[in-house]
Amino acid sequence: MSNEIAIIGVGMHPWGKWGHNFVQYGVAAAREALADAGVPWQDVKFVSGGATIRCGYPGYVAGATFAQALGWQGAEVNTSYAACASGSQALAAARNKILSGACDVALVIGADTTPKGFLAPAGGYRPEDPDWVRFYLGITNPTYFALYARRRMALYGDTLEDFAAVKVKNSRVGSKNPRARYRKCYTAEDVAASAMVADPLRLMDICATSDGGAAIIVSSLEYARKIGKGNAPRVVAISTVTPTFASAVLEMPDIATDSAAAAGVEAHAYRASLPIKAYEEAGIGPSDIDLAEVYDLSTALELDWIEDLQLAPRGAAAALLRAGDTALGGRIPVNVSGGLACFGEAVPAQALAQVCELTWQLRGQAGDRQVQGAKVGITANQGLFGHGSSVIVKK
Amino acid sequence: MSPKPLVPAIEGWHTMADKPHLIGTQCEQCGTYFFPRQSDYCRNPNCDSTDFREVELSRTGKIWSYTNACYKPPTPFVAQEPFVPYAIAAVQLEKEQMVVLGQVIEGLTVADLKVGMPMELVLEPLHETDSDIKVTWKWQPLAQ
Repeated sequence: MSNEIAIIGVGMHPWGKWGHNFVQYGVAAAREALADAGVPWQDVKFVSGGATIRCGYPGYVAGATFAQALGWQGAEVNTSYAACASGSQALAAARNKILSGACDVALVIGADTTPKGFLAPAGGYRPEDPDWVRFYLGITNPTYFALYARRRMALYGDTLEDFAAVKVKNSRVGSKNPRARYRKCYTAEDVAASAMVADPLRLMDICATSDGGAAIIVSSLEYARKIGKGNAPRVVAISTVTPTFASAVLEMPDIATDSAAAAGVEAHAYRASLPIKAYEEAGIGPSDIDLAEVYDLSTALELDWIEDLQLAPRGAAAALLRAGDTALGGRIPVNVSGGLACFGEAVPAQALAQVCELTWQLRGQAGDRQVQGAKVGITANQGLFGHGSSVIVKK
Repeated sequence: MSPKPLVPAIEGWHTMADKPHLIGTQCEQCGTYFFPRQSDYCRNPNCDSTDFREVELSRTGKIWSYTNACYKPPTPFVAQEPFVPYAIAAVQLEKEQMVVLGQVIEGLTVADLKVGMPMELVLEPLHETDSDIKVTWKWQPLAQ
């Protein structure tokens, strides 16, 4: 039995700092996705939303919030919260519903409105909350990105110029994406001139937070055929595995890693484990991948992901970058949407935005960003508290 | 006026001795260390122990990676005015097979640090209140 579902429609509200209610972005993205699919809203029997935790109660029940905004029509709803992987978990919930035969067509949707400045934890004296502890001790999100970046420099000889080259690459291709927030082509000099935030990372090495919304209409393969979309790209794998003890890489928001001191316990790296299940589920390997959308919270992190996805041996991602292999037109283009560098992060929408980009690429509709002949794409992202995902989309 | 007393910023996470240690726990059954302390359930998936003993973690280790904070973090961090950037180190503890994050002592910058450098745990003020000085653990290069 096939575990595949069809992506019959995609839509996105452009990313930015618009300051509107998140529901507005979601509705715009959903309407675009419905129109793209040619499916009437009344035919959608399941609405699977990625939660936002920054927009009050409506954000906690995002699935219902979007269903109400689009007009109650009796569809069942679900809301998933999995930090940066929320969209993928919402997609997995829709896949389960479809594969179980409980519905033919589902809307998967996520949107966010982000506050200005640093994301701060809840107040008080709460040492039992690792997120509170690390902020109290002066550890912010860029701290973790910088630790990973510095380690690459020490272990593999990556340079500040390599990190800047990721930004230059992504801004060049992102400048051609009408849905991206930052559409200026930056130079290595621009990156070098930006303020140091967490050495070795500068402001332009680190992604911003954005408002945005993304939506996907998924269906059974049979339904897709029935409406004349038998050739639609298919979701062939969704991995949302949690870490394996002992998780040996320092992860946000923790102040310490697991201990691998016990007999029979080995140190594991979480990020690298995410695509393994996706490859297994899809029955393909890294050499089958034509393009990847990865979570470049920092420029250096894009290089980590390339190795985690096994698109390059450990330590060799910078060589790939320097050779132009990860640029548009290269051997294995990475982040041809422009990535988080050009979008900024809209947490519940971001994993879905990655799938939207793969869908346009696999349909050959990506315009100036088109990866020629793209047939298989993979996404990867990771967020707080053991959440992450990797999705494979195939033509 | 008598000087303000030194008190831990987070109660019970480290000793207050001259050569301080972080206070963690160790599972009586499988030997896994926990910091911050875990005394209710063992997180090793092969172990269902609920018995733990309090342990002082190794106070020396080697830098796994390092960075700094060039901008003032949001609350609950209490920043000096004007804000002074500080270095941060993630230090690998050999015996415990874990990495612990902390600020590096005042006066050092990233230029003074290297991956693999031996470090030791010390206490230094984190911030002052009206009635006391909150201290926390920080890393400093191990005196050779």
